[in-house]
Amino acid sequence: MSIRPSLRSALSTLTALLMLLSAAAVQAAPQAAPDAQATPQQQKVNAQDTQAAALLNQLADGSYHNKAKTIEQIADSSDERARQWLEAFAANKLARLEDSGEFVIIIKNRGRHWTIANALTGEPMGKRSRRDIDVIRVNNQLRNQLQDILSVIDLKVSDPERRLAAARDLRGKVTAEMTSQLRKVYVDEDHAEVKSALEEALAIYQLDTQQDPEAIEILDGSLSSEARAALNRAAQSDQPELAAAAKKALSGIQDKLKLNRAAETLYFGLSLGSVLVLAAIGLAITFGVMGVINMAHGELMMLGAYTTWGMQQLLPDSPGLALVLSIPAGFLVAALVGIGIERSVIRHLQGRPLETLLATFGISLILQQLVRTVISPLNRTVITPEWMSGSIMINEALSLTLNRLYIMGFAALVFIGLMMIMRKTRLGLEVRAVTQNRAMARAMGIRATRVDIMTFGLGSGVAGLAGVALSQITNVGPNLGQNYIIDSFMVVVFGGVGNLWGTLVAGLSLGTLNQLLEPWAGAVLAKIVVLVFIILFIQKRPRGLFPQKGRAAEG
Amino acid sequence: MSDLISSHQAPSANAVNSRHWLAQPFTEKATQRFLLVLLGAVALVSVLHLAFPEGHPLHVSTYTVTLLGKYLCYALLAVAVDLIWGYLGILSLGHGAFFALGGYAMGMYLMRQIGDRGVYGNPDLPDFMVFLNWDSLPWYWHGFDMAWFAFAMVVLAPGILALVFGFLAFRSRVTGVYLSIITQALTFALMLAFFRNEMGFGGNNGLTDFKDLLGFDLRSDATRLGLFIGSGLALAVGYILCRAIVSSKLGRVSVACRDAEARTRFLGYRVERVQLFVFVISAMLAGVAGAFYVPQVGIINPGEFSPLFSIEVVVWVALGGRATLYGAVIGALLVNYAKTVFTGIMPDAWLFALGALFVLVTVFLPQGIAGLMQQRFRRRPEPTAEENAA
Amino acid sequence: MNLIKELAQRDQVFSFMMPSVSPVDVRHGPILYLEDVSVSFDGFKAINNLNLTIDDGELRCIIGPNGAGKTTMMDIITGKTRPDEGSVWFGSRHNLLQMNEPEIASLGIGRKFQKPTVFEALTIFENLELAMASDKRVLPTLTARMNGEKRDRIEEVLTIIGLETQRYQRAGVLSHGQKQWLEIGMLLMQQPRLLLVDEPVAGMTEQEMERTAELLTRLAGHKSSHGRQSVVVVEHDMGFVRSIARTVTVLHQGSVLAEGSMDKVSSDPKVVEVYLGEGH
Repeated sequence: MSIRPSLRSALSTLTALLMLLSAAAVQAAPQAAPDAQATPQQQKVNAQDTQAAALLNQLADGSYHNKAKTIEQIADSSDERARQWLEAFAANKLARLEDSGEFVIIIKNRGRHWTIANALTGEPMGKRSRRDIDVIRVNNQLRNQLQDILSVIDLKVSDPERRLAAARDLRGKVTAEMTSQLRKVYVDEDHAEVKSALEEALAIYQLDTQQDPEAIEILDGSLSSEARAALNRAAQSDQPELAAAAKKALSGIQDKLKLNRAAETLYFGLSLGSVLVLAAIGLAITFGVMGVINMAHGELMMLGAYTTWGMQQLLPDSPGLALVLSIPAGFLVAALVGIGIERSVIRHLQGRPLETLLATFGISLILQQLVRTVISPLNRTVITPEWMSGSIMINEALSLTLNRLYIMGFAALVFIGLMMIMRKTRLGLEVRAVTQNRAMARAMGIRATRVDIMTFGLGSGVAGLAGVALSQITNVGPNLGQNYIIDSFMVVVFGGVGNLWGTLVAGLSLGTLNQLLEPWAGAVLAKIVVLVFIILFIQKRPRGLFPQKGRAAEG
Repeated sequence: MSDLISSHQAPSANAVNSRHWLAQPFTEKATQRFLLVLLGAVALVSVLHLAFPEGHPLHVSTYTVTLLGKYLCYALLAVAVDLIWGYLGILSLGHGAFFALGGYAMGMYLMRQIGDRGVYGNPDLPDFMVFLNWDSLPWYWHGFDMAWFAFAMVVLAPGILALVFGFLAFRSRVTGVYLSIITQALTFALMLAFFRNEMGFGGNNGLTDFKDLLGFDLRSDATRLGLFIGSGLALAVGYILCRAIVSSKLGRVSVACRDAEARTRFLGYRVERVQLFVFVISAMLAGVAGAFYVPQVGIINPGEFSPLFSIEVVVWVALGGRATLYGAVIGALLVNYAKTVFTGIMPDAWLFALGALFVLVTVFLPQGIAGLMQQRFRRRPEPTAEENAA
Repeated sequence: MNLIKELAQRDQVFSFMMPSVSPVDVRHGPILYLEDVSVSFDGFKAINNLNLTIDDGELRCIIGPNGAGKTTMMDIITGKTRPDEGSVWFGSRHNLLQMNEPEIASLGIGRKFQKPTVFEALTIFENLELAMASDKRVLPTLTARMNGEKRDRIEEVLTIIGLETQRYQRAGVLSHGQKQWLEIGMLLMQQPRLLLVDEPVAGMTEQEMERTAELLTRLAGHKSSHGRQSVVVVEHDMGFVRSIARTVTVLHQGSVLAEGSMDKVSSDPKVVEVYLGEGH
């Protein structure tokens, strides 16, 4: 009596070990071949596979009673493939190959030959005769159990993001059968966000089914639409106390939502604003330093955007790298074209600002038509690299799109960079000198012509940078520049000429103003209102928000 | 800048007027010559159109008559721009807005004249309002069924906009490029506004499908010719009015404001009022040009508000030569003729040509064609001041 | 528009009911009175607690090194620059700080700029015509007609400034000195009560300087149809100042350093230190 159990256990351990080894060999062989030294990652995968194969064997060989236990074990194994296996198992589609003992999932079970895939690696294994395939048996009781387990299995994966998504998805879908499982999961969960999402899911269930006033306390302050729906239902309840509590919670949530909406508007406003700042700041430099209205500024932005497109055509496989490379490339292209414009046209029109305006407008027409003729009159697609797409979820009512966040950061960098150039470099000093008094600066030995070229190149280059940024949020086409030029001028005029801070404040505030107005006025009307506002503002302060004072301003 | 422009004005004692200010232009040789050419050309085209049958080599087709009529409207608009740019130094990049407002006033009248002949046959509402399910006429459409009211609005609508805008801008001394930029913003804002269906001006499609004007069928050849002659007369009257202003003492004050604004103030002139007065007159002229334009082309839509159009007008004036008035007419006719030809044979090249025109005129021909003509003219010995004074 | 605004302000007498130009009240002596005037640009004090009184009919010279605030002071008097504090009165009735440039000009304050500013595109005759004292509102200007009386007045000034043979030439072709004369002529056409003359003899020959000195001394105290004329001259040329000056005011760093006769001022050690010491 005392020997047999030990013998049996030893035997079973031995067989299990053997099986494990064979399974491990089958699994490891193709992977281990390329490099003998397995990485830690692979070791982990191998260990997981070993465990998985053992569990699946238990599932295949065990009695129905043991199968129920094994199901639990698989679900608890936090293996990402668990859901797949259990789903297949419930649908009679999990099987073991008779010859090799590999576990497979049946993809198509019609006819004599079934299409299968390896259950562990997911690799398709083509068709096999159904005779070779040993389907693991399941009964209805197990199916019921599986259904419950499957509903919570995503809550057991190791990746907290996926657990969170699963927990959130459960809200409003909790059934009576799931509650016991959920409570267990809830207790075991240690990630705060997941835990609170689970709590919420349970609270919604409780509120709906049991009119539990405690649930309202839990749901109070939640931003999810399901929680609000549940509270709304509770507010209609015929229990006055419950209804009152629900209403109170709802109004609190509404306030919180408003706050979030305000934050969202602010975010959109600031992101639009930073686009405006990017577009306008180059203009502010050329206008402020040289008194030159460059109507072709928008087209320089367009060139920057097209440079991004061109880069991505050159490097079709890595749009991200292309985008990064187009930052210097866009700057260079726009700067060179800008310097070309300065040397060939603007130079001849010094001291005649209105003529400069007209001539550069002519250049803008030529550049636009050039792009239309050489490239295409149609919009081009610029790919947003993966690391720039998607969004960051701050909470359930507020998520920030990544590309706009990047552009805000980029605008900030460009602004700081320009500030540094103006403050810390020789060029900046000279530029400031020329801005204040051109004749005097020249008398001091500053070569105003060189400063002009550098300034114009810098301003134009920044336009190119703006174009690179714009290519990520708007259509790249010949009209890209036109759509931004009037806005950019408004920003410069609003902020005050020759003042980078003014441009920053003006751009951000105009962007925010535009976004604030949009919800109740609509996009077009908001734009009109902003334009009219600036037209009126200029009457009050003809020199903008931050005017230059004294003699310099009158030159 | 002043050096460049001043050369356009042959100095003479005659410029200091002792006659009534409106009579002054008729005594000027250049104005007489201009009117002679203009009215002669209008008469010639009319005669050629009427006297020769279709197919005859000397026949001027109705299409051409209408095209020329359109050019004359553009010329009047250019004269209006030259009045403020050439003589007052105010570069408006939004004069298309005044042109379009005049055009819309005329268009509204023409819409109301359609009556129940529209597609939907609604006697009270224009087609686009029926289409938008409006059940009554917006208040600002009332009165436009009366010709006198509509024609008054042709000058009043642009005039009032110019008055309000100009009052605000000139009072706070917004001038130079700042003014140019905000005039551009003004016309841009108006364009966006008129694109909206809710504004009640036909949105994107604007106003079209006109039937008749003062009872005359707009599709008949006679009405077309009448509109052409009308445009010619409007240009003549507008030209004389502008000439009268620029050769009055006010015209000289305008030039003074243009060249030395502060100095003019210290002499006791209210610069902002001078600017406002001339700006409003100019806007009204632009409105009249728009009103003659609309029945000839048969449509008015928000495209006329586009900043591109307004700035294009400026290049007509620049090409013709600023501060001459007749240069504006020459420029408008030349550029628009070129546009018609270009867009007919190679439409893609037009924007290249227009862009190049902007650059070349500003860099190489700052005084425009009129400047070239005057240089040639001045080789002849100038009459001395004493002779002129006599 | 202004009319509408005024109609809304019922607490004030409507401007169109007030006499158009009320006469300058000089019964108390001074025609120009600046008290504790200060103005600064970006922290730089261009004028610092300036006090200045010009008597009716006086000829006053103002000297001072560069940046002493002479031109800024003129800007303040003519309404171009608003001071941060202080008060400026014309006679004892008109508060100049409440008026704009054209209003101040039509009160009878004429100004000649440091850099001669004439209307280069217009003829000399036209320049004088525009400067002539007349109704300068828009519509009267539009309908204004030249007549014999006005022509005579212009001819008279043309003779004074010595440009009668060039009357129909554009002002742009004049030499620097001639432009100075033209601007003085424009001042005369305005028939102002107070003439502010900024560096009148720069670019002039010895003879022209003498003529200018003679003209300015004759103008000061001259009784025109409106009253006696007073002249304020800002000048660098010490010889010229000495030749015309009765009273000299020395400005330094935006305030009055010394005031009195030329001899008294030029012997003042403070003045010698900051001003004369540099140049002589």
